[in-house]
Amino acid sequence: MHLFLFLLFGGICAGGAVNLLIQRKTINSALSLIVVMGSLALIYLLLGAEFVAVVQVIIYAGAIMVLYIFVIMLLNAGEEEQAKGSNVAKIFGIPGLFAGGIIGIWVLLQHRPAEQGVKIGALYGPADQVGWMLFNKYLLAFEVTSILVLIAIMGAVVLARRGNN
Amino acid sequence: MSALTFLIVAVIKIAVTLGVLLTVVAYTVWLERKVVGRMQNRWGPSRVGPFGLLQPLADGIKFLLKEDLTPPYVEKNIYLLAPGLALIMALTSIAMVPIGPVIHLFGITTPVQITGVVDKFGQASDINVGILIVLGITSLGVYGIALAGWSSNSKYSLLGSLRASAQMVSYEVSLGLSLVGVLLMSSTLSLSGIVHAQLGTWFGFIPQWFIFKGQFVAFFIYMMAAFAETNRIPFDLPEAETELVAGYHTEYSAMKFAMFFMAEYANMVTVACIASVMFLGGWSGPPLPFLPLAVQAFLPLLWFSSKIFGFLFLYIWIRGTLPRFRYDQLMAFGWKFLFPLALANVVVTAFFVAFHAQWPGR
Repeated sequence: MHLFLFLLFGGICAGGAVNLLIQRKTINSALSLIVVMGSLALIYLLLGAEFVAVVQVIIYAGAIMVLYIFVIMLLNAGEEEQAKGSNVAKIFGIPGLFAGGIIGIWVLLQHRPAEQGVKIGALYGPADQVGWMLFNKYLLAFEVTSILVLIAIMGAVVLARRGNN
Repeated sequence: MSALTFLIVAVIKIAVTLGVLLTVVAYTVWLERKVVGRMQNRWGPSRVGPFGLLQPLADGIKFLLKEDLTPPYVEKNIYLLAPGLALIMALTSIAMVPIGPVIHLFGITTPVQITGVVDKFGQASDINVGILIVLGITSLGVYGIALAGWSSNSKYSLLGSLRASAQMVSYEVSLGLSLVGVLLMSSTLSLSGIVHAQLGTWFGFIPQWFIFKGQFVAFFIYMMAAFAETNRIPFDLPEAETELVAGYHTEYSAMKFAMFFMAEYANMVTVACIASVMFLGGWSGPPLPFLPLAVQAFLPLLWFSSKIFGFLFLYIWIRGTLPRFRYDQLMAFGWKFLFPLALANVVVTAFFVAFHAQWPGR
């Protein structure tokens, strides 16, 4: 059952990612990205990390992608123009894709034999465990990230204010 | 409990809850027309059935039989997807709400909650991130409105949905923050756990609800943010009739319009459920020991439904009372008043919770 669900959501996720690239309308690409985010959340859920799964939905699907859609609506972005396709992409891209894929699979097989992969419940699932990790083991990283976010917010305010004067 | 019994119980719970929810949605519309009618010194629906009670049925038949128009030049796929998305998101979150305590019926023990199960001690337990799932589903509800307005290819719809998405994203912050105080005090994210944290009483009759335990500021922040989230008056700018015809659903007709309509009222019910679970003790209430046992068994459901009714009536009452905000007032209210207030509430609550943890009993 778990394997079936994993294959199902993994397939939806990969399909959404491919669809994101091949769609020519911006809004359809954004919608495919939401599908990718949603199926990623369901894969986290399958691993027993329910807190991470829900936060993935709230932050990525519920907040960030809404802003994407909002911008697309504001700009009223339509269909993008199809480029002719450069020869460089054909000559180097396709062999490069294969080479990259082979190297990636090789690295994965070297470092993670099948029985040592991530197991169900191996991630820190419940919210209290996640909170404990954040405020003990990773406290410095957590606080530094919050300062980074604060700087980003201040930067946004400065940029937005500049037009008024 | 075997897998088959579990499945059957789950299906029955889902069917009953959805049936009740849709009936409540239909009759909230009736109640609203009736009450607002009385407030404006007119009758409201009175022709179909006694007191117009069959009016929702007549409306439903009308929605089903009306011509289903799809205007030209719309983004067809998204145009068709949007109402479904809005309705699905509105109906899903009711699954997390604990409607009643554990019941014993026909030899089966189960809590009155779709996602609730009974653990090995016979206690109700549910998803341990329940409230976050509700918030997540609410935040996905924006898509229905945003996509509806964009795909309609009409300036009124686009303006309405731009307003709606900006408004809902802004007020979601205050909505989420207003719940943090309750979560700090109950130290759980599970909705049935939060109800269980409010079961006690003071002096035997005052229930220990979180609104009486110092979260009344959070309660008012939640209610105001919830009005904005559900696009109700005084925050109904996304569908302001005087400016935007009907806002994001201008181009929708028949059942597709009805789906937006149902989504709005189902959202009102969900918001009322969450408010009563988080602040008013859910299905708990002051004990009434003088009542016969047979009535006592129904008390939790009675408490819960009367709280929901109270909230729905409040929605209608405010609709009949307050005028609409201006858009800049709406944004200033959300970001400059509600947001700092919610943050202050979180800080103060966190201080008191930490104080109690350090020196218990003071």
